Amino acid sequence: MRVHAKRAGVLLGGLMTPALSMADWTLNMSPGVTGTSNEIFSLHMTILWICVVIGVVVFGVMFWSIFAHRKSSGRKPANFHENTLVEILWTIIPLVILVVMAIPATATLVDMYDTSEADVDIKVTGYQWRWKYDYIDDDFGYFSNISTSDDEIYNRTAKSENYLLDVDNPMVVPVGAKIRLLLTANDVIHSWWVPEFGVKKDAIPGFVNEAWTRVDEPGIYRGQCTELCGVKHGFMPVVVKAVPQDEYDTWVAEQKEAAQRERELTEKDWTLEELMVRGEKAYASACASCHQADGSGAPPAFPALKGSQIALEDMDAHLDVVVNGVSGTAMQAFGDQLSEVDLAAVITYERNAWGNDTGEMITPKEVFEYKNQE
Amino acid sequence: MSAVADTHAQDDHHHGPAKGITRWLLTTNHKDIGSMYLIFSFTMFLLGGAMAMVIRAELFQPGLQIVEPEFFNQMTTMHGLIMVFGAVMPAFVGLANWMIPLMVGAPDMALPRMNNWSFWLLPCAFLILVSTLFMQGGAPNFGWTFYAPLSTTYGPPSTTFFIFAVHIMGVSSIMGAINVIATILNMRAPGMTLMKMPLFVWTWLITAFLLIAVMPVLAGVVTMMLMDINFGTSFFDASGGGDPVLFQHVFWFFGHPEVYIMILPAFGAVSHIIPAFSRKPLFGYASMVYAVGAIALLSFVVWAHHMFTVGIPIAGQLFFMYATMLIAVPTGVKVFNWVATMFRGSLTFEAPMLFAVAFVILFTIGGFSGLMLAIAPADFQYHDTYFVVAHFHYVLVPGAIFGIFASAYFWLPKWTGHMYDETLAKTHFWLSFVGMNLAFFPMHFLGLAGMPRRIPDYALQFADFNMVSSIGAFMFGATQILFLVIVVKCVRGGEKAAANPWDGAEGLEWTVPSPAPYHTFSTPPEVK
Repeated sequence: MRVHAKRAGVLLGGLMTPALSMADWTLNMSPGVTGTSNEIFSLHMTILWICVVIGVVVFGVMFWSIFAHRKSSGRKPANFHENTLVEILWTIIPLVILVVMAIPATATLVDMYDTSEADVDIKVTGYQWRWKYDYIDDDFGYFSNISTSDDEIYNRTAKSENYLLDVDNPMVVPVGAKIRLLLTANDVIHSWWVPEFGVKKDAIPGFVNEAWTRVDEPGIYRGQCTELCGVKHGFMPVVVKAVPQDEYDTWVAEQKEAAQRERELTEKDWTLEELMVRGEKAYASACASCHQADGSGAPPAFPALKGSQIALEDMDAHLDVVVNGVSGTAMQAFGDQLSEVDLAAVITYERNAWGNDTGEMITPKEVFEYKNQE
Repeated sequence: MSAVADTHAQDDHHHGPAKGITRWLLTTNHKDIGSMYLIFSFTMFLLGGAMAMVIRAELFQPGLQIVEPEFFNQMTTMHGLIMVFGAVMPAFVGLANWMIPLMVGAPDMALPRMNNWSFWLLPCAFLILVSTLFMQGGAPNFGWTFYAPLSTTYGPPSTTFFIFAVHIMGVSSIMGAINVIATILNMRAPGMTLMKMPLFVWTWLITAFLLIAVMPVLAGVVTMMLMDINFGTSFFDASGGGDPVLFQHVFWFFGHPEVYIMILPAFGAVSHIIPAFSRKPLFGYASMVYAVGAIALLSFVVWAHHMFTVGIPIAGQLFFMYATMLIAVPTGVKVFNWVATMFRGSLTFEAPMLFAVAFVILFTIGGFSGLMLAIAPADFQYHDTYFVVAHFHYVLVPGAIFGIFASAYFWLPKWTGHMYDETLAKTHFWLSFVGMNLAFFPMHFLGLAGMPRRIPDYALQFADFNMVSSIGAFMFGATQILFLVIVVKCVRGGEKAAANPWDGAEGLEWTVPSPAPYHTFSTPPEVK
């Protein structure tokens, strides 16, 4: 069967597309790079071989009957139809095999659930359709968006090596440290998976799930969201960069400093032009996946902002929608997701882009006051 | 009673089918209703199959070519719902309607008018479901498992119609199940004790109890969704104090027995077909009955194995892992019994036997991957990848669908009075067999290599096997047109079938002429 599959695939693959030259014929799970993933891999191989052996025995007897006990070869049927001893045997033996299998599985599971004594805690939040990583020990965090372009997805340009598996800001972890992940979600259920770590855990709104990993080899590891989370479920990759401890410490220091600079920006006096420049970026990262880069939206779930009442009329109503969301709809509350600067920039941008020419702006300070008056 | 029956036997011509459309609209005859169920199911099979073709066409190559992700999600959702509720379940109810009265020696189902209603509800339900494709915002797009809050707060406006359709399907299934139970428990021929019942009857009896137990749970979960969407409750909305995981518990409490509902009747049918073409009695009848009972009972305590990654406590994780592994024991017993039935028989391989043997082999492969999935730590890697897609298509396509094809070929001579075209039927089998394996076996590799399910586009390392899988799927899909040709040909004519066209087939259904007269067993037969 597989030979046929291979031939057909290679033949067609050669004919159809150059992109396929990058593909491979991987058949099995990867052992991965963590202790957990290796344990899982060995469980997987054990159970696979047990199944293969049982399969060979059962199918062996069956094929023996198919070839040897044919009517066309003049076989007269036997008439046996019961044997209690045999029935008991083939109940007990599988039971014993299962018990043997359950022991290492239990041990691995207990180990996977032990999230105590972690060196680094990272909060992972699933959003439609990106991840947010908060380094809660160090008080900074950021979003991680897919960086594959629409041109690649719609076949207008060649696909890059890490097609659909690249992000703007990967999660960064130090090698050799026990990383505890605290997973939750802001809207629907997502699931965070890096195959090479052997870690997959659902990120569920209203729950905080725990998982842990310890990566020993520096490198870039890629995975995807594995729980259907809406239209762009296939487009929210997970990328983790494992770096040596000193490199990690430098990175953390930089991130903390950048976070501090961000906070100071709230106090700065912004001009409309500055807010528009920043707003375009913030909009692309936070809003465009639903409302589209050109503000046209995707009605009815995601209304257009271009020429919309909300972006053209009362400023306070606009601010309220962005900060608090609209309950019962897909519109999230961005008040805690974005900084005051980004909130101000996004709102200003929405009121002045794509022909929405209100000329109005809101400053980060005003946003700060609005949020704190509530 | 027997006097009345005798009079009836003499003026049979007064009791033939009504003419025209009213025959089908108003019929209370189990054979007519059975036929309607089967035709409906095959129609849905083609519709759901067409959706699968759209899915496989989009996945033929990386990148988005044919459909947008939004429509892709609607296709995966509708494909699943239509195949589960529209194709597989009605096919088994159709087989039950045709065969259970014939097998237990009853003149009809116990509740014939309800029988008519439970069928006619189905086209209504599916009309509503399919019409959502044309509504603003599109059809349901949250997967056939419709996890909240994606299906509630974030669902399309058509979700309410989907809920209504599910309610109607549930009513239909429950009434069908009540009818099956009432028929089996009350209308068996004198002398047919429970442990003399044909296995198809046994498996359907147990299936019917499963249906009655879990369809109300499904109704409950969709009702809670309805409330969340339209009446401001927060069953599954965390921001209102609800619990998205509750949805999954309730759904899978229905969902796991549901997968056995889709396979147990096939177990029963195959347990008739293998002995018939092995010319040897079924090995271990009693243990087959106990195994089905054990599987049905265990099916109520394994639901959370669909939820190993949601973060249930480790004690729960271990319980559901052990319970799930236990199911391998009775399932294994069944497979061993079938093989022992074939062993030292006198085998021939007509189409029903080909499908039945393929059923045993390929279902066992699906069982193996099921056992692998039961190992909770390993499931963290398999969960929601193509490995799972491969697994459940291996149990449902060569399991449920091949079981239905095997049954159809086995009983077609009884239904139509003609033999089907054996050469065409064998061609149908081999093309289906090759196509199905080509479509679904590579999915194991894709899943193990890390491809998540329900994605409209994939990374480049998955390209080759996806293309192979699509080619297999197109082959399998196109082949099913052949089945339609074979059945139409068989209905219209062909070699006359004897009352019992198969050497080794046993049971009351083979004692009546072929085609089975409109009314059978007006006088109950005696079973020794």
